[in-house]
Amino acid sequence: MRRWLFALLVASGPAWALSDPAEQLPDPAQEQRARALGRELRCLVCQNQSIEDSDAELARDLRRIVREQVAAGRSDGQVMAFLHDRYGDFVLLRPPVNAGTALLWATPVLALGAGALLVLGLRRRRAAPAPAALTPAEQARLAELDRMP
Amino acid sequence: MSEATPNPWRRRALLGLPLLAAGGAGLGFWAMLRGLGTGSYDPHGVPSALLGKAPPDFTLPPLAGSDLPTLAAADLRGALARPVLVNFFASWCVPCVIEHPQLMALKRQGVPVFGIAYKDKAADALGFLARRGNPYTRLAADEPGRVAIDWGVYGVPESYLIDRQGIIRWRWAGPITEDTVAADLGPLLRRYSA
Repeated sequence: MRRWLFALLVASGPAWALSDPAEQLPDPAQEQRARALGRELRCLVCQNQSIEDSDAELARDLRRIVREQVAAGRSDGQVMAFLHDRYGDFVLLRPPVNAGTALLWATPVLALGAGALLVLGLRRRRAAPAPAALTPAEQARLAELDRMP
Repeated sequence: MSEATPNPWRRRALLGLPLLAAGGAGLGFWAMLRGLGTGSYDPHGVPSALLGKAPPDFTLPPLAGSDLPTLAAADLRGALARPVLVNFFASWCVPCVIEHPQLMALKRQGVPVFGIAYKDKAADALGFLARRGNPYTRLAADEPGRVAIDWGVYGVPESYLIDRQGIIRWRWAGPITEDTVAADLGPLLRRYSA
């Protein structure tokens, strides 16, 4: 029973919306490239899905365009540029690094930096310097107290 | 072992920084909600990549059964007599019904409105215009929806304002309402008519 379940898990790949075999390219290498590209492109209608994952009609049209261009021998960069020219940065699921997205990309570094500063601050406080030595007046007073019966 | 003398500035910073951060986040959130309310901030809006550019090169067949001339990129090249509105619509599109009266009003004002029927059967699009009135002076059919992708269209209705030099100045995704005309389209038409 368990072995069967495991086999089922291994056999079941990720499920793409692209279930229609008629949409796929006959060349598996090209189809692979088209899928990789499609996973980088945002469906403009559903917005949180890639065009490979979406069932929207526009996503299907864009999948077809990607496959046509891959089959026509255009490079990955050319296909991405084609869609970027029409839909702008929004179509890219991986946003480009520019002035507008600098803060977005810098957030992990900033968060890590802030955490490091916090840890450093806490450590420094724990290792606070020893209190200053007693002044001669204090030492004399201490000695006097020691002498008291 | 005694505590080191606490630095008063450090205490103040420890107290003040979280307050400042919370205040900043609150301000940002408030600005976001305000933008959502007034419509100036729309997280689902896809900004047009064509603003400030000429429309893409395209030719389209006329809508079969209509006697209106079709639309091609050549018809949108400057210098134009006045700014024009290019409107992607479909008979199956409900928001297109909402925006239709505004397009008719623009036609009455003499604004050239060019229509592109998106993924629509010619008979259905013609029926839609026969029932509700035809605001268009040019009418093209984009049944495969390929030219629409060249324009960066991601739904219907979608409208583009092209100035007299043939440059796209404004894109509106969704129905043009009375508010849209009052706040955006009207002032832009006045500005680009000059």
